[in-house]
Amino acid sequence: MTRPLDLTRRSALLAAAGAGVSISFLGRSAYAAAEGDLARRKLVVIICRGAMDGLSVSPPVGDPNYKPLRGEIAIGGFDQADGALKLDDTFGLHPKLTTIHALALKGQARIAPAVATPDRARSHFEAQDLLENGSPVVYGASSGWLNRAMEALGPRKIEAISVGAQAPLILRGKIQAASWSPGGYKDRDSRLPGILADLYAHDPLLGPALASGLETEAMAKVATSAMGSESAMNPAATPAATSMSMASPAPSGDYAQQVRQAQAQVGRQGAVAARALGTTLAHFMTEPNGPQIAAISIDGFDTHANQGAAEGQLANRLAYLDAVIDGLQSGLGPEWSNTVVVAATEFGRTAHVNGTRGTDHGTASTALIAGGALKPGGIVGDWPTLAQGRLFEARDTAPTLDMRGLFKGVLAEQLGVDRRALDTVVFPDSAGVAPVAGIVA
Amino acid sequence: MSIDPDMKASIALTRFGLGAKPGELAAARADPTGYLKAQIRPAGADQPQGDLKSGAAHFNEVRDYQLMRRQDKADGLDPVKHAQKTIRESAQPEFLSRAQLACQTDAGFRERWTLFWCNHFTVAAKNLPTAVEVGPFEREAIRPHVFGRFEDLLAASTMHPGMLLYLDQVQSVGPHSLFATTRGFGYGGGGKLSGLNENLAREILELHTLGVGSGYTQADVTEFARALTGWSVQGENRGAGRFASAGEPGEFTFREALHEPGARHIFGKTYDEDGVAQAGAVLHDVAGSPATAQHLATKIARHFVADDPPPALVARLKSTYLDTDGRLDRVAETLIDSPEAWAPEQRKFKTPYEFLVSSYRALNLAPDDFTRFGPVLTSLGQQPFNAPSPKGWAEDAQAWAAPDAIVKRMGWSEAYAAATAPVMSEPMQIAQNALGAQLTPPVSLAVSRAESRPEALAILLMSPEFQRR
Repeated sequence: MTRPLDLTRRSALLAAAGAGVSISFLGRSAYAAAEGDLARRKLVVIICRGAMDGLSVSPPVGDPNYKPLRGEIAIGGFDQADGALKLDDTFGLHPKLTTIHALALKGQARIAPAVATPDRARSHFEAQDLLENGSPVVYGASSGWLNRAMEALGPRKIEAISVGAQAPLILRGKIQAASWSPGGYKDRDSRLPGILADLYAHDPLLGPALASGLETEAMAKVATSAMGSESAMNPAATPAATSMSMASPAPSGDYAQQVRQAQAQVGRQGAVAARALGTTLAHFMTEPNGPQIAAISIDGFDTHANQGAAEGQLANRLAYLDAVIDGLQSGLGPEWSNTVVVAATEFGRTAHVNGTRGTDHGTASTALIAGGALKPGGIVGDWPTLAQGRLFEARDTAPTLDMRGLFKGVLAEQLGVDRRALDTVVFPDSAGVAPVAGIVA
Repeated sequence: MSIDPDMKASIALTRFGLGAKPGELAAARADPTGYLKAQIRPAGADQPQGDLKSGAAHFNEVRDYQLMRRQDKADGLDPVKHAQKTIRESAQPEFLSRAQLACQTDAGFRERWTLFWCNHFTVAAKNLPTAVEVGPFEREAIRPHVFGRFEDLLAASTMHPGMLLYLDQVQSVGPHSLFATTRGFGYGGGGKLSGLNENLAREILELHTLGVGSGYTQADVTEFARALTGWSVQGENRGAGRFASAGEPGEFTFREALHEPGARHIFGKTYDEDGVAQAGAVLHDVAGSPATAQHLATKIARHFVADDPPPALVARLKSTYLDTDGRLDRVAETLIDSPEAWAPEQRKFKTPYEFLVSSYRALNLAPDDFTRFGPVLTSLGQQPFNAPSPKGWAEDAQAWAAPDAIVKRMGWSEAYAAATAPVMSEPMQIAQNALGAQLTPPVSLAVSRAESRPEALAILLMSPEFQRR
C-alpha cells in the first residue's frame, strides 16, 4: 500500500470523535506561528537511565585524585591515545563523545560536572521519579516537569514528542504529548482507526493517545521518507531495545580482549541505529508545526561490574548518546542554531572503583548541555574536586548544583517560561533554587 | 452492594485471571470466589511444559561455550553471532512455553498471581549468562513458592543463580576475606581487584522486601552486602582450587573464602552468625518486617485492583500477611474476599503481555512460533525476558498507553484478526465469551456492524473494555 495518506479524512474522523486533541501537526496552523521567536525554539531532553557515571562522561583528569580513585577504569590523560578529549585544564570528555567534543570546541556544548537531584537515597527509581517529575520530594508529583512547563506556556502553544514504546514520566501530564518508536502502522486502508476513534470518544486514556499516535504515524511517514533510509524503521534502532547488552558477556580470564572486540562491534552497530534515531527525530521537529520539545530515554548506564574505560560497556552507551546528538544536529540542519539539548541522569556513581571493576550508586554526576543556541562558556556550576575531604559521605562526587536550577535556567532562557511558574508549578516549592543564568545566547 | 453474578464472573476471569477462554464465564458464574480460591494450592504454580533445561544445565552450557569460544575465535567464527545463536536456542522455547501456559491454563488466577511474583523478583536478560537463566529462575525459584511463605520465596530467589548473576552478587568479595587477603589473589596481587558489590543487597531491601523510603540507610546496605559475601554459584572461577566450596556446578554455593569475617550491624541489630546463616538471618528479619508487609500489600493491590489502590484493601492484605507469618496463600484468599477487588469499574490497563495472552485466550489459541510472538512484544515495549531494570515492568496505565503503543496494538490486532480469520467463530459469540457482562452496548454495536469478521475481531480486541481488566 503505497498510496499517499488521506490526512484530511483522518483528521476529520478524529475531530469528529471529539477525542480531546484537535489535530496538531497538520491541521493546526495559527498558534505557534503567531508566537514569533518561541515558535522556532527547540528543546530535547535525554534521560540517561541507570545512573550515568559523570566521572567517565567528563573525566576530571587534571584532578590529582582522579586516577588513584579510579584505577583501571580511569580515562587516560589528554596526551594519551584513547585519553580524554580536552575541555580545560581539569576536564575532558570521554573519548567516545567526539561529536559533543567538536561542539564544545565551537562553544556549542558545556558540562555541569557536579549536578544532582534533591534525592540522596541512591535509589534509581526514586531518583528517576524526581528527575522527571521535578518535585523536591519522592512521589511529590505524578506528572512531568516538561509537561507542566508546556502547560505554563499556555494551552497548545507548542507540541512535544517522546521516543520509545513507553511514555516517560517527564512528558506525562495534562498536555497530550505524542510518542513514536520505530516500526510503523502499515495498513493505511483500514477503517479501524476511525471506528476506534468513535469508541474512544469518551475515554480519557485511549482517546487522546490514539489521536496523537495516528498523527505521529503520519509525520513518521514524511520524516522517514525525507531521510531516504530504511534504517530508522528497524526495530533494533529503538533505544528501549537492550539487545546491545545481551550480546556482551561478562569478561573473565583470557576472554576479555575478545569481549572488548565484540562489544566494540556491537557498539558500532548501535551507533548507526542511534544516529538514525536522532535524524528521524530531527525530521519530526523540522516539519511545519512539528513538535518543539522532545524527550528520549537511553538506558543501560548501571555499571556495577566491568564498566570499562575508553572501550567497554559504558563506552558503548556513551557512543550511543553521542550518535543520537550527532543525528539530531545533522538532521536539524540550520534549526540546530535554535536548539538546546540536555542530557541528564538520576545520580552519579561512587568516586572509587568497586571490587568488580565497576562503580556503585553515588550522588552528583555530569549533565551535558549542547546546541547551536548555547551561550559559550566554561563548566556550569562549581567543581567540588575529588579530594577525600570533599567527597559526599566520603564516597561520591559532592553535588554543587541542583538539577532543577539547570532545568529552570534552560526553560527560562530557551522557552521563556516565567520565574513564578518555574518556582511553583513546574518545579514545586523551588523558589530557593535559582535558575542557572547564561546558558542560552 | 451486591454485584450482578454475570459481572462477577467476568471480573474473576479478566481482572484476577488472564482473560476468559470460551466457556470459562459459564464455569465461574455459580461461585466466582470459589472458582478463584480453588486455584490456590500448596504445590504452587503450574510449570511451563516442554523439554526445558535446569538453570544449572544452562549455566554449565554457557561456561562450556565461553571455554569453547577461544577455539571459535581461532577458527574465525564470530563470537557475537554464536552467542546470539545460543540465546535463540534456549531462551526462546522457554519464553514460548511460558506464554503457552498462560494462554491455555484453566487456572488463570494462579498464573497471574505467579507472573506478579516473577515481576516482583525481576531477573532480566542483561547478558548471555542471565539471558538463559530467566526462565529457569522463574520455574525453579518462583513457581514452587507462590502460595507458600514469602520468606521461602525470598530465600529461593536470593539463592538462585539467575538472581546472583543478574545483580552481580557472584562477583562480590569481602575485603577482609581469605580470598582477598591471600597473596596472589584479591587485593594482594595478580592484578585482580576484588571487593564488595552492593547491587543485590540494595535491591533486596529496596525492591524485594522493605521498600524504598522505609528507613534503611546506606550503611545498612553496605553491611548487608558484607553479610551476603560468599553467596555464589558453583563453577564461578573464584571457587577454584584452594577456595573450593561444596555444591554441584551451576547451583548455589556458599564460599566461606569470599565471606567477610565478623559480625554485621544492620538496622541497629547485630548479626554474629557464621557463614551463610548470617545473611539468612537478615533475610528472615526483613521478610517479617511490617515495612515489607506494607510494600507487598501495596504492590499486590496495585496490580490486581488499581494503580492507585484503595487504602482499606492495602491495610487488609498487610494485616493478613503479618498475622499469618507471610503466608501468600492466605494473602491471596484475602484479596479474593475483598469487595474493593470486585468493583465493576475496570481500573487496570493490560500490559502488552496481558493483552496478547488474553487475545489468544479469547479464541482458544496459543502462539506456536516465538519468531512471530517475541518481536511483537518487543515492539509493544515489553521485550521477552528483558525488563528494563530490577524494578521490573511498569504497573501503571500511563506507562503502557502511550500514543505509539496504542497504534502498534491496533496494527497487531488487525494482523492477528486477519491471520485467525479461517478458524474464527462468530465474532459476537467471541465477544460474549471473552467479556460477558463487561461488553458495552457501543462495542457490541460496532462489532455487529463490522464489514468483515477480521474487522469485528480487531474492534473487540481494541475496545476500551478488552484493553482493560
